[in-house]
Amino acid sequence: MKSKGLKKLLSVFVLTALTIALGACSGDKADGNSSRITIGIPQDVEDSLDPHKAVAAGTKEVYFNIFEGLVKPDSEGNLIPAVASEYHPSEDGRVYTFTLRDGIKFHDGSPVTVEDVKYSMEKCADAGRGEPLIAAFSNLESVNTPDDKTIEIFLKEPDTEFAAELANVAAAIIPASNSEPDTNPIGTGPYKFVSRSPQESFVVERFDEYWGEGAHIENVTFKVCANADSIVMDLEGGSIDMFARVTAAQAAELSDKFEVLEGTMNLVQALYLNNEAEPFDDIRVRQALCYAASSQEIMDFVSGGKGTEIGSSMFPAFGKYYMEELKDTYQQDLEKAKSLLAEAGYGEGLSFTITVPSNYQQHIDTAQVLAEQFKAVGAEARIQLVEWESWLSDVYAGRNYQATVVGVDASSLTARALLERFESGHPGNFINFNNKEYDAAVRAAIASTDDAQKTGYYKECQRILSAEAANVYIQDLPEFVALNKKYAGYEFYPLYVQDISRLYISE
Amino acid sequence: MHNLNMTAGSLITGFLLLAIITGIFYTPYDPEAMDASARFAGISLAHPMGCDNFGRDILSRILEGSRTTLAVALCTVAIGTVCGVLLGAFTGYYGGWLDEILMRINDALFAFPSLLLALTLIGLLGPGRSNMTAALGISFIPSFARIVRSEFLKNSKLDYVRSARLQGAGNLRIMFVHILPNTLPVLMSAVMIGFNNAVLAEAGMSYLGIGVQPPEPSLGRMLSEAQSYLFTAPGYALFPGLFIILMVLGFGLLGEGIAEKGGRHG
Repeated sequence: MKSKGLKKLLSVFVLTALTIALGACSGDKADGNSSRITIGIPQDVEDSLDPHKAVAAGTKEVYFNIFEGLVKPDSEGNLIPAVASEYHPSEDGRVYTFTLRDGIKFHDGSPVTVEDVKYSMEKCADAGRGEPLIAAFSNLESVNTPDDKTIEIFLKEPDTEFAAELANVAAAIIPASNSEPDTNPIGTGPYKFVSRSPQESFVVERFDEYWGEGAHIENVTFKVCANADSIVMDLEGGSIDMFARVTAAQAAELSDKFEVLEGTMNLVQALYLNNEAEPFDDIRVRQALCYAASSQEIMDFVSGGKGTEIGSSMFPAFGKYYMEELKDTYQQDLEKAKSLLAEAGYGEGLSFTITVPSNYQQHIDTAQVLAEQFKAVGAEARIQLVEWESWLSDVYAGRNYQATVVGVDASSLTARALLERFESGHPGNFINFNNKEYDAAVRAAIASTDDAQKTGYYKECQRILSAEAANVYIQDLPEFVALNKKYAGYEFYPLYVQDISRLYISE
Repeated sequence: MHNLNMTAGSLITGFLLLAIITGIFYTPYDPEAMDASARFAGISLAHPMGCDNFGRDILSRILEGSRTTLAVALCTVAIGTVCGVLLGAFTGYYGGWLDEILMRINDALFAFPSLLLALTLIGLLGPGRSNMTAALGISFIPSFARIVRSEFLKNSKLDYVRSARLQGAGNLRIMFVHILPNTLPVLMSAVMIGFNNAVLAEAGMSYLGIGVQPPEPSLGRMLSEAQSYLFTAPGYALFPGLFIILMVLGFGLLGEGIAEKGGRHG
């Protein structure tokens, strides 16, 4: 009896001691000076740790915080100097002269030299696989470094938009001395790389010797949240503090611990059609689907009526290039859609598969509404959900699909970033669009040095995409950013990037 | 004694089957028809279980979804039972090296949790309803094979089998005409438990997005979609969940009832 009582007493002691010890642990964490934030991202950063090999928009939006080009975009869509402190394009758009920023350093502490810039530019132009990743770099003739402050970039053909291409993180400046850029990423951005766990997280910390106005929060973890269904719970449970693209429904679920900021995603969301695969090799079938779909209805179902209807591969953030009138090319007209299908030989009915990446709830929902709309004209669309990795390899790279709902972003602040991909031989032309006039218009636009003329050609490109019904264009999605109220300072960009350096702790 | 489990199980399962069969011929609305004006409509006379985020009638979707879930579970258990019985019968009856080899393979499969095995198979075959059924069916084989094998092993040494052999009955006849009926009580309750697991596995797979593909409803798929609206439209998750519970409960009680009955007579 006595020993039992003693045991009990002892266990109470042990438990109390443990509680105090553990309590102290968590207390330490909360009181520490290091500020931290965990940000949810919908897919793993897995292209490569070498920015010059980054393809996926989701990868680049993370790298935006680590790497910088000679110039970079700001939140209003202007180009601001980054690694270079100033730049001057020549009149004819063939020579760009950059002045290296004074005292700028890489994350490993070594100073950035003109040699590093030359190395990076040449590496971008020749990734060792023939085609450069940024198409504009195939136009690079040579990089000269007349003194240790100046870089001159010579182009084969005039390209007045070339500076904007340099703002792409895939054209980042990285040190020539780094022999393993694939595993050891070193850049000049406000954050430096710490570690990466595949399918789990990507950790960065503040770079204190950043040239500009540095970041506020010290430790940032990008946590992979591949399951779209659990985002609200992750946010509420505190395992992530921010998620950049929640759906309208998810936003409505969030408690008042969170602020929901609204912007636009700057994506061209469409039902992308494989123009070479049956049945979409027939323009009448593509047009029929355009007539059968109603963007407004999709927006009503998927995002409570928010979003911007578009009619070609361009979104409103691009100002002068954007052609609002194209959204009316195909007003919903079921009779017309049916007769077009009948003409194409699908009067009995048409059936095809829409492949959708399963980590994007917006695209899944859109596909479901589309399938229902197509049913009204006798077209049966099956939906197949695939993981993002299979989407990239089978649909995007392999082009082995019929139709897919996805959003395409612009990698730089140029119309070229959105339109050049549909040139028939372009590696990013995943819809296999093949139109002679289009190819000519794109080439003319890129070659042109006169801004008005250039804009004209790009508008012509958009008109062709719309007239040819290359894709069933839907909308520029509304973007809802869920941010824990402990933090503030989020800025929307006209590009697909997340600028974490602007965030700060508000309390 | 009155077999309460059996009665309750039959009642619940009977009710569900009635609902599902009705659903084949008649649903109040087209389960896939969307209606913007009825998004998240609450419970009403027009929509007894309300509407989902696309304004689709939840009752209609449940009727069709239960059918999908049931069909997947049926096929899964059928694959598992048929293959399991064949494997178990031959290995248990003949024994020897065939038994050793097949049962070691079986043990290896058994070492994986069956859901993990199914997930791996789906990873290879790709998602979709038929692939999911096949994958689940295969993952169910080992447990059935093992149960049937031990029954055959036990029975093959009993007197009735020996006398059948003396009468000159062939091996196949002994296996499937004499022994198999005697394994039925055990087998049937295993089938019922397997059925439950299959319903839950279908729900789980579709919930993860690798089973039934949208817009086709299944109970798991509906739960998965409802999850985003747990707080704005709780009914959306409640009713499919309730149907899964009923289905599992019904088959569970039936299984208990069969085991009880078998125990009393045998």
